[in-house]
Amino acid sequence: MTTTAAAPRAGAPQTTIDKLADFADSRLGAAQIIKGSARKIFPDHWSFMLGEVALYSFVILLLSGVFLTFFYVPSATLIEYDGVYEPLRGQYISEAYASTVDLSWGVRGGLLMRQIHHWAALIFVAATIVHMARVFFTGAFRKPRELNWVIGVLLALLAVFEGFAGYSLPDDLLSGTGLRIASAIILAIPIIGSYMSFWVFGGEFPGEAFIPRLYTIHVLLLPAIMLALIAGHLFLVVLHKHTQYPGPGRTNQNVVGYPLLPVYAAKAGGFFFIVFGVIAFMAATIQINPIWLFGGYDPSPISAGSQPDWYMGFLDGSVRMTPGLLEWSIGGYTLSNNILIPALVLPGLLTGVLVAYPWIEQWATGDRGEHHLLDRPRNAPTRTGLGVMGLVFYGILWANGGNDVIATHLALSINDITNATRVALFVVPPIAFIVTKRICLGLQRRDRERVLHGKETGEVFRLDNGEVLERHAPLSAEERWLLVQHDGYTPIEAGPAVDANGVRRPGTALQGVRRRLSNFYFGDSVLPVTPAELAAAHAVHQGHEAIEATDDVQHNRPAITSDH
Amino acid sequence: MTDVIHSNPVGDSEPSGASPSGSGTTVDTRAGGLPDRFDNPGLPEHRPRMADIDVAAARRAERQVAICFALSAVGSIVTIVGYFLVRLAEPTAAELRTSNTLIGLGLFLTLFGIGVGAVHWAKTLMPDHEQIELRHAVESTPEVKADAADIVTVGIDESGIRRRPLILASLGGALAIAPLPAILLLKDTGPNPGNSLRTSLWEEGVRLVRDPDKTPILASDIEVGSIVHILPEGLVVGGEFSYLEEKAKAAAIVLRLEVEEVAEAARPDSYSGLVAYSKVCTHMGCSVALYEQSTQTLLCPCHQSSFDVLDNCRVTFGPADRPLPQLPIGVDADGYLVATGGLKGTPGPSFWELG
Repeated sequence: MTTTAAAPRAGAPQTTIDKLADFADSRLGAAQIIKGSARKIFPDHWSFMLGEVALYSFVILLLSGVFLTFFYVPSATLIEYDGVYEPLRGQYISEAYASTVDLSWGVRGGLLMRQIHHWAALIFVAATIVHMARVFFTGAFRKPRELNWVIGVLLALLAVFEGFAGYSLPDDLLSGTGLRIASAIILAIPIIGSYMSFWVFGGEFPGEAFIPRLYTIHVLLLPAIMLALIAGHLFLVVLHKHTQYPGPGRTNQNVVGYPLLPVYAAKAGGFFFIVFGVIAFMAATIQINPIWLFGGYDPSPISAGSQPDWYMGFLDGSVRMTPGLLEWSIGGYTLSNNILIPALVLPGLLTGVLVAYPWIEQWATGDRGEHHLLDRPRNAPTRTGLGVMGLVFYGILWANGGNDVIATHLALSINDITNATRVALFVVPPIAFIVTKRICLGLQRRDRERVLHGKETGEVFRLDNGEVLERHAPLSAEERWLLVQHDGYTPIEAGPAVDANGVRRPGTALQGVRRRLSNFYFGDSVLPVTPAELAAAHAVHQGHEAIEATDDVQHNRPAITSDH
Repeated sequence: MTDVIHSNPVGDSEPSGASPSGSGTTVDTRAGGLPDRFDNPGLPEHRPRMADIDVAAARRAERQVAICFALSAVGSIVTIVGYFLVRLAEPTAAELRTSNTLIGLGLFLTLFGIGVGAVHWAKTLMPDHEQIELRHAVESTPEVKADAADIVTVGIDESGIRRRPLILASLGGALAIAPLPAILLLKDTGPNPGNSLRTSLWEEGVRLVRDPDKTPILASDIEVGSIVHILPEGLVVGGEFSYLEEKAKAAAIVLRLEVEEVAEAARPDSYSGLVAYSKVCTHMGCSVALYEQSTQTLLCPCHQSSFDVLDNCRVTFGPADRPLPQLPIGVDADGYLVATGGLKGTPGPSFWELG
């Protein structure tokens, strides 16, 4: 079909497919598109499927969400319920809640679609965050992909907002309580908080304006923005070509893998159906958010052990952790730091650090080159340590979001748990950093050891002089390559503080910061083995003496200096 | 300034400026005739799969793929059967579960069959020779950059914006003001708060009624250690007050302590051991509805702010800062509990103007 389309008018199209191809090409230039992209090469690795899971969950959310809009009524008006779910009859509940209960109980496949939608949402956010972690730990955010990383961070942030919006629409007791908390966060904003709250809710909380507004935001505004960002995200993946893991034959200048047509069309297309299938299986067998049991929203009753969806947990945990004494009364005004810091400042800071990270690291390395080969996490010990530190920090906040559940299940004092997490939040992440970094450095040294001395064979022999040794088998070139292929970095060196005329150079203070940062990153780097080191190790081996794979080695290697 | 050790590109590299250092410096420092870096050994030899060398294995794989697709069709039939089998007219929980499971498992089979079939097809029967595609630097060549810069310069020059500062200044001013009307239009999304965040329906003479059955309460109805959730009388759906909005501020509790247990400060507004407090959390407005009698603590289930009932509902732990406002109570001529005034503080979350 491509040959015909590529050479139109050479002869009259013969078959129906030829005719279709000719139709498409003469109107869309389809032949050029197919020629340029249909055999595009993509590298293969299981961790590249994490982003796919996120993408496919998003598509599943769009599909199942459209079904839900056919039955859901976005109205907070109270009505006397007279629907299919008997226990609620006669109660005054909102139309939103009534329609959600009815679509669950009275529409065939309605409950299934709601559960698919909810499970897909949880998986979407989870896959997004795990995908982000993969990108972080392998250094896939490095140049030229920094902007795509930023798009990804924005998508993760929007995913959390979109999830919260959707979760709030049924207007049940649990989600209404969530909105009550959202209104309190808005109220806490200095100066304009109470006005903003009245604008957002159309008056006093809860009001009747908010549910329909939230509906528009959930089904139109946020999905449109996310769709545009996803399109940009994927466009950049194609533009940059996918990163690949290091290995024999893989370089910074090539992509090794399989063609889009037919292999990835089948694999990725098939994987969409697998993800959808698994989510359908979960929706068929695992109940989620049975809102008919909670009752409609009412500010008076509440249930113990209230938990939001998992991705809100870290915010809930940070709010639970913050002591009330941070609420200050200053000059007749109230500054609710006990809400502002954990609910707005903290997530803002986390987002800011994530957005800035690629440039922070670039500043420390001084490396402005393009990187298409992924790092093994051990080969970037400081980055890996920082990443684990971030995850541990997040994990502690998240765990504290369930402090009440932990307390009741483990029969502990909730105050003790909260106090413990308050301390742990500041103590444990730095420890996690140090431990992770040491593990990475240890793994790197073991890699050096393997390259220099070969693999252990388990064969032990004795020399004439009585010395007992284990025979080491040399690595194959392929095995060795994985252990020596990475770039080694050493800290940026300081330029002179004064120029040739003895005048203080501008920006030296900043350079001092940069030098310290670079030293923090690479002060104790373990560099990959060079051929010279291996030759030296072999020479020494003739006498059966080991050369230690320590940092000393790096100072004997020839220095390579580039001018930045 | 940095030592960057370059990867040695294998033969198929192109001089694209995509070297790790960016500056493209390749330094040939050799020690003892050895290269600075190991050479990339190149792609390992391709190892054929069973289906590549054995016709029977290939045919077996083909059958497995076809079975997957056939199972998908079976799943579709299960879904259709499930749809017609269980009708959801006033269903029982069991019927709902059956319907959900049948339709859901059918859908699972439909989708999963197609997915696994396609992936299996790709992995066993489609060529698995790794192919190499070259990357091209994202960065444009200097000539293209220069051309692009020229085009932009010409465009700006032709617009005359540099030569006519009046246009630039006035356009800047217009663009700066343009968003204001848009923001102003959003102002009508809600009224101004006025005093409404501080007020509630509680005032002198309003009876306390039980929540949710709205019956008045005799002082003798409440025993020591028990707690009653209350609302102001007259707050009903479709009544003169907006129901949920007023409820969100007026929801309260009344409980009985031993008379001598009532805190000094709370005593004037209590009635023979009965004390009433707003149950709208002063942190984020959740309902402070968990009462632990043994410690005389009210606990908010949202963020675990704890309030000491014996100390006028002062905060003893958690993220709240202000005590729960007390509701002054007494009895009316019929012996029913009534408010003897408004709440002694602002119910619910803090806000800027609270002071």
